[in-house]
Amino acid sequence: MTLSLGKDLLGLEPLSGEQIRLILDTAEPFKEISERAIKKVPTLRGATIVNLFFEASTRTRVSFEFAEKRLSADTVNVAASGSSVSKGETLVDTARNLEAMRIDMVVIRHGASGAAQFLAERIESNVINAGDGTHEHPTQGLLDMLTLRDRFGTLEGIKVCIVGDVLHSRVARSNIWGLRKMGAEVGVCGPRSLLPTAIEELGVTVFDRVEAAIEWADALNILRLQLERMTAGYIPSLREYNRVFGVSRERLERAPHELLILHPGPMNRGVEIDSDVADGPFSVILDQVTNGVAVRMAVLYLLSGGRPELAEAAKTSGAATPTKGKRSSDE
Amino acid sequence: MAAKQSTVLDARAFDRTLRRIADEIVELNNGTDDLVIVGIQRRGVQLAARIVSTISEREKANVPQGALDITLYRDDLQTVGPRPVVGQTQIPVDIDGRVVVIVDDVLYTGRTVRAALDELADFGRPRRVALAVLIDRGGRELPIQPDIVGKTISAEPSQRVDVLVEELDGKNGVVIAERETST
Repeated sequence: MTLSLGKDLLGLEPLSGEQIRLILDTAEPFKEISERAIKKVPTLRGATIVNLFFEASTRTRVSFEFAEKRLSADTVNVAASGSSVSKGETLVDTARNLEAMRIDMVVIRHGASGAAQFLAERIESNVINAGDGTHEHPTQGLLDMLTLRDRFGTLEGIKVCIVGDVLHSRVARSNIWGLRKMGAEVGVCGPRSLLPTAIEELGVTVFDRVEAAIEWADALNILRLQLERMTAGYIPSLREYNRVFGVSRERLERAPHELLILHPGPMNRGVEIDSDVADGPFSVILDQVTNGVAVRMAVLYLLSGGRPELAEAAKTSGAATPTKGKRSSDE
Repeated sequence: MAAKQSTVLDARAFDRTLRRIADEIVELNNGTDDLVIVGIQRRGVQLAARIVSTISEREKANVPQGALDITLYRDDLQTVGPRPVVGQTQIPVDIDGRVVVIVDDVLYTGRTVRAALDELADFGRPRRVALAVLIDRGGRELPIQPDIVGKTISAEPSQRVDVLVEELDGKNGVVIAERETST
């Protein structure tokens, strides 16, 4: 039985380790396409993809759009402001209207946790979650894992500590579920006010001091401190946060070994991460961005094949189906 | 189920044929200048590596070698069901103005070569593209012909022609067998 992802990518929690490995392995050859003079393959020619972004995003939206265009799909961007959404149309009505124009896939970013799943259950198009509330951001988790695997050769047994606002972070959840399934050890570190209660139940180690996290980990995934958290009373001040939890060169130099530095962006330099760390020799922050396009191409490619009815039709018309993992030499 | 199979090329004939293909490539190009050898994933890549090493031995010249995975250029992606595994493409040099020889194991419908030509065009504009195959089994569905052939055979659609290479299959050779009937 050939492995597939099914119709949608809603999160990493529902995926198996094999499915995650399939996405990461598929992303490898896609890296090369972005290095070509003509950065385009005809794979998704004729497919129409709608990027439905109800929340502000630059990096993720642009990354998805590049991935779609490099696979030759036709893309439309719909932002909440300036669309019928701002006139009070519901999510399902918006999506059904788009679907009536014969689209194939929807990439959705929404402020409500579960929005992607809600949509996926109601439309026929493939749905890709590009971040839903504080729930999951699966493609970010995947690109973080690809970047880690590039450097360590494997995810099995490596120690990754997520530092910062874990409570509000969909990136943290996707990382925890994904990394745990791939056999990595995961830690979290931050002020208790920004860690979910009972986070230990997800199988992670909690560090109250960033120095202890640095001593333990092979890599730090440093989350953005959303500045509005201060006014909401989660932390006393940005200066104090930086003094206690900020990742600085001095703190890293005291570690017994070198640490890889990841950050999903956008960064607040001088708050959760200092500039000489962000731009330092162990930072892979820009590699993450490069890998993001390859991972999203892999997800689009794999999901676009989840059409068993087409496979059935092809089988009954007598066409041979290729055997798993290898192109038989005369086809 | 032990499928009935017969040998088309044994290990020694396989080596001999590849050496002859290497010679013919050098002849076709009038030497090794501007030559680039590109194997089609998967077994074309191993055949290309052998051809390149034969040329470097005999001509004392280093010929750049590349690999093409044509999966993303296939014309049947809408119908094959679960996505086929994508392999690595690697074109190590600028191919503009050079002579590119595509190497594949078995030429059948010609659809793989069509895809390879399209993919190659995304890397540049070679002065000439030639096609070398170890086996031509007939049965073309597109107007595509090889420039260099190791061995021409006539195989029925019900038969499969398998090229075996040491790196992937443990031995070198070419066999022909009845396709396993899918249930």
